[in-house]
Amino acid sequence: MKEVVLKTPGDFAEWRSAARGLLAGGVAPEDVSWRGSEEGASLFGDEIGSAPAGQLSLPRELVEIADRVICHRDAEVPGRLYRIVWRALHDRHLLARTTDPEVDWLRKADKAIRRDVHKMHAFVRFRRLGEEDGRESFAAWFEPSHRILRLTAPFFQRRFYGMDWAIVTPDARAIWQDEMLSYGPGGTKDEVPDSDVVEDQWRTYYGAIFNPARVKIEAMRAEMPKKYWRNLPEAQDIAPLIAGAEARVERMREAAVSMANPLTGKWRTRVQDELTLGDEIETLADLAKAVDRCTRCPLHCNATQAVAGEGPGAAKIMLVGEQPGDREDLEGKPFVGPAGQLLNEVLYDAGLERRRLFLTNAVKHFKFEPRGKRRLHQNPTTAEIDVCRWWLDKERALVQPDIIVTLGASALRGVTGKSASIKSMRGAVHELEGGTKLIATIHPSFLLRLPDRERAAKERELFVADLALARKLAA
Amino acid sequence: MSAKPILEKLAVLADAAKYDASCASSGTVRRDSTGTKGIGSTEGMGICHSYAPDGRCISLLKILLTNFCIYDCRFCINRASSNVERARFSPQEVVRLTLDFYKRNYIEGLFLSSGIIRSEDYTMEQLVEVARILREEHRFQGYIHLKTIAGADPGLVALAGLYADRLSTNVELPTDAGLSSFAPEKKPETIRKTMASVRVGESDAIEAAKSRLIGKAKPPRFAPAGQSTQMIVGADAARDDDILKTATNLYSGYQLRRVYYSAYSPIPDASRDLPPVRPPLMREHRLYQADWLLRFYGFERAEIMEGASGGMLDLAIDPKLAWALMRRDVFPLDINRAPRELLLRVPGLGTKAVDRIVAARRLGKFRLGDLAKLTASVKKVLPFIVTPDWRPGKLTDSADLRARFAPPAEQLALAL
Repeated sequence: MKEVVLKTPGDFAEWRSAARGLLAGGVAPEDVSWRGSEEGASLFGDEIGSAPAGQLSLPRELVEIADRVICHRDAEVPGRLYRIVWRALHDRHLLARTTDPEVDWLRKADKAIRRDVHKMHAFVRFRRLGEEDGRESFAAWFEPSHRILRLTAPFFQRRFYGMDWAIVTPDARAIWQDEMLSYGPGGTKDEVPDSDVVEDQWRTYYGAIFNPARVKIEAMRAEMPKKYWRNLPEAQDIAPLIAGAEARVERMREAAVSMANPLTGKWRTRVQDELTLGDEIETLADLAKAVDRCTRCPLHCNATQAVAGEGPGAAKIMLVGEQPGDREDLEGKPFVGPAGQLLNEVLYDAGLERRRLFLTNAVKHFKFEPRGKRRLHQNPTTAEIDVCRWWLDKERALVQPDIIVTLGASALRGVTGKSASIKSMRGAVHELEGGTKLIATIHPSFLLRLPDRERAAKERELFVADLALARKLAA
Repeated sequence: MSAKPILEKLAVLADAAKYDASCASSGTVRRDSTGTKGIGSTEGMGICHSYAPDGRCISLLKILLTNFCIYDCRFCINRASSNVERARFSPQEVVRLTLDFYKRNYIEGLFLSSGIIRSEDYTMEQLVEVARILREEHRFQGYIHLKTIAGADPGLVALAGLYADRLSTNVELPTDAGLSSFAPEKKPETIRKTMASVRVGESDAIEAAKSRLIGKAKPPRFAPAGQSTQMIVGADAARDDDILKTATNLYSGYQLRRVYYSAYSPIPDASRDLPPVRPPLMREHRLYQADWLLRFYGFERAEIMEGASGGMLDLAIDPKLAWALMRRDVFPLDINRAPRELLLRVPGLGTKAVDRIVAARRLGKFRLGDLAKLTASVKKVLPFIVTPDWRPGKLTDSADLRARFAPPAEQLALAL
């Protein structure tokens, strides 16, 4: 039986070097006894010798876990860890055997350590020592469950780089000074100031942020176990806050309801004014305001905003699409999404300038089905198109274009009020009531959906030709 | 009002912020103060620095810049017509408090909201100014969550996104109708437009990062912890189905990271038409569970509602169990063969347990005894699974299955 005495409990480097030596010597776990040394003398140290690094290959994850678990206070830990490492050398999948009792133990021990680390990150409370040359210094007393100071100090270094600090625990201390991290021996509570100037503010905040109407003491204690309370300045207020909660809620219920403040009335009038604005639609700007408050069909409930048409009021050509898509709905502008990008390219090929056109849609609100993180576009029903025609007619009346190009079947329905196939109307110029010319073509998103590249190219040419026809008519 | 001592202002303005459910500091980028004269870090995962007796964590200094407000939303303690004590911080005072608390490791950062004073734009400017001073003058690297003021100029929202880790715009109530009746000056479409401008800011920043030229400076990040919202549950007549409908619309439309559900708790000086009852905490809890199923378990809203009745989730059992009891045709599942997506639907198995089952069964048959190591609720799982050494037999279809899990019915106290 070999005996290993660890000088510094929780020191990973020391354990690792001992373990390497044992593994190199082929010492089975049952032939080793591990113990911590009170007097700090190693009886064994050199005898095992250390195996050269890199000779033994262990899964990286296991090394990381061992680095943490060695901090556990349980005296059995060094031996149990050695046993797992021994097994892992012969079983590459050991860690994945989550149902193995030793792996299960390791996972649980690791979880306990990680929880302790997390709680230390959370519950250390610094108290101010003073300030020198503009650099403040602080100190904290903390009692972790395990020997985790080494695991937590880097966090405090990253976080509090610009100030000096020390954390004193019963086992060891960490000191950050002059941008250097060092460790020292354990200490006692009275080395750290027993109060801080802003503690009153912190306790005031703690008392005020708690809602007495929803006391849930168990939930609090599950996350902030009592063992931490004695070093948390706010914890002394917990009992009185709980005791007074019921009375506070009662007082809230009994408080008289106040009369409306006269200021509110004034504000209301302003809001009301805004709401009634835009009932008279005389310009495109009026229309944009009014359409945003449209509730003629249920689509407005889910959409972000109505998307009104965009373009010069005296445009000769009006392009009518189907309805806003995801991006149009977010930005409040027509044809800014993928179909809009494609439309821009096609307009260029047809020799049309987008800024000279009036672009709008047959339906002003985005219709979609939420699916996880996406909104799936849904076609508008004929009823929705017909209801929304009211707005399209207003736009037509204000812009009075010579030519209307409808993109897709919904647009054709929106303009004519009838369902007709694009196929039957395409390639010709139709006349609408009042003399406006109509050209019916496809919607650019149709091209985006075509998987066959050859066909898509052909369709695109036809689309360009339709738009070029509109340009010729307008000239 | 400026003569009021800081301690009193803090008491008033923290008290006014306590109805906001969110205090999370998670989901942002990692950064720290290494090599700087400043302080602060974010670790990706949030840290709760304390817990209040209401069971909620304290991670951020959550306060209002002011509780003066020109709006008169009836569910809000700070509405213009309320007699609540008023106070106002200067941006400098908030900065001072944040840094003082942060240096003592009390908090992860700041969550700043405000009553609306003068105008939406003015209020938003003040909030942004606090974040600017923290970041630019003090090189503060901690977490900042700013409440966006619905209706504020999109330019201000874009600026806020440069300083803040997270932005949030509250939808307040689950339905447009509820909002119009309780908050007559707030317009649902204005709230949605503000959320949309955060979303556009995010996606523009992502596009800019993708298309940047090699060697050029990184484009600035925009609210890396994304945006969130909150809605009050139980103040109006909205059903759970309406609430989840709104939530799914918000998740899909604005890519929200979180929707917070806040059980309506009575406020001092409340309007007469609001319930003066205890907050419906169990309902809030069930909604969070349902929300979890939407985001991490692949459930659609309509499926979750299969386990509900009259549009309300079952208060006695969790929504996944309620769904499983209605859909027994899916079960029992063979734990050694069922795909991950289906295992996620087994009551009592969480995402971690499912991942560990999937890992373990590659190396050998998964048996009943192994289950105890993965979940504390073996009894709950049993009726829904098959292992080489366990078959639920008639248990899956037994009529009293629900009764095994639901707490025994309590006799109602009779009114005298």
